[in-house]
Amino acid sequence: MSNSVQVESPLHHAQLDQLIGQSNSGGIVLHEAALLGHLNLRGNSDDAEFLAGVQEALGIALPITPCSSANSELAQIMWLAPDEWLIVVASGSEYEVEQKLRSYLKGHFAVSDISGAQTILELSGSNVVELMKKSTGYDLHLDSFPVGKVIGTTFAKAGAHILRVSEDKFQLVVRRSFSDYIWLWIQQGSQEYGLTIV
Amino acid sequence: MLHIHCPYCEEMREEEEFSPAGQAHIQRPLNPEELSDEQWARYLFFRKNPRGLHHELWLHAHGCRKYFNMTRNSVTYQIMETYKMGAKPSITASEEGQS
Ligand SMILES: [Zn+2]
Repeated sequence: MSNSVQVESPLHHAQLDQLIGQSNSGGIVLHEAALLGHLNLRGNSDDAEFLAGVQEALGIALPITPCSSANSELAQIMWLAPDEWLIVVASGSEYEVEQKLRSYLKGHFAVSDISGAQTILELSGSNVVELMKKSTGYDLHLDSFPVGKVIGTTFAKAGAHILRVSEDKFQLVVRRSFSDYIWLWIQQGSQEYGLTIV
Repeated sequence: MLHIHCPYCEEMREEEEFSPAGQAHIQRPLNPEELSDEQWARYLFFRKNPRGLHHELWLHAHGCRKYFNMTRNSVTYQIMETYKMGAKPSITASEEGQS
């Protein structure tokens, strides 16, 4: 028996890595940003010390405007609620970032490593907005859903957070238990456009 | 579908994202041990069921996961306002002429 632990994405069984390059045409492009570090941060955004601590730890100001996000080299931060954020960091760096936050923050806050609880699916391609329109009731017009905005909503009736990375690129943060269903949904929803895995 | 304004996300969202959570502004008694069974039961189980204006608690279940309050007409389904926890409604039945 080996002592090594093999970490698996919730879509491990779909073997997406073996589908890469099998098709290079189609209006939908899917990439699983698998096994990244996901940290859930809770704290009071009216507390200046809390905001300053996060800024020092991550080198970037916490986005406190509803439905906004922020990026630095170290982390991508998504606003989830007035007192809750998702911090996505490079694979394997989550423990280090968590410790850093703990060393800079004082008082009433919480940091939880939830990397195993969810995965990120990146959808892009020339028909991506059409696929999104089938999947969520949210208004995808750039006036209501500009680049950088992140919303908690439903995707194919499953709860998801959706970040608009660019005009035709979205990141879906989906729960581990929903990821297979979402994968099946994306395959079916992409049938009329063609699906490429990258 | 109702279109509901979440006071925390600060925008209108589809009803599908929300779940209703019953009557709003129910305060837990500060002295439970001094209450009679009837008074305690009233706190736990008895709810208003008005025809017309009602203050309700809703949860933005798929969004920010925050509870908030809503003033809604139970006959027409019209939503008059939504407001944060701890805030008071700006529209009440007395102003509406006790409908
Ligand atoms: Zn909300």
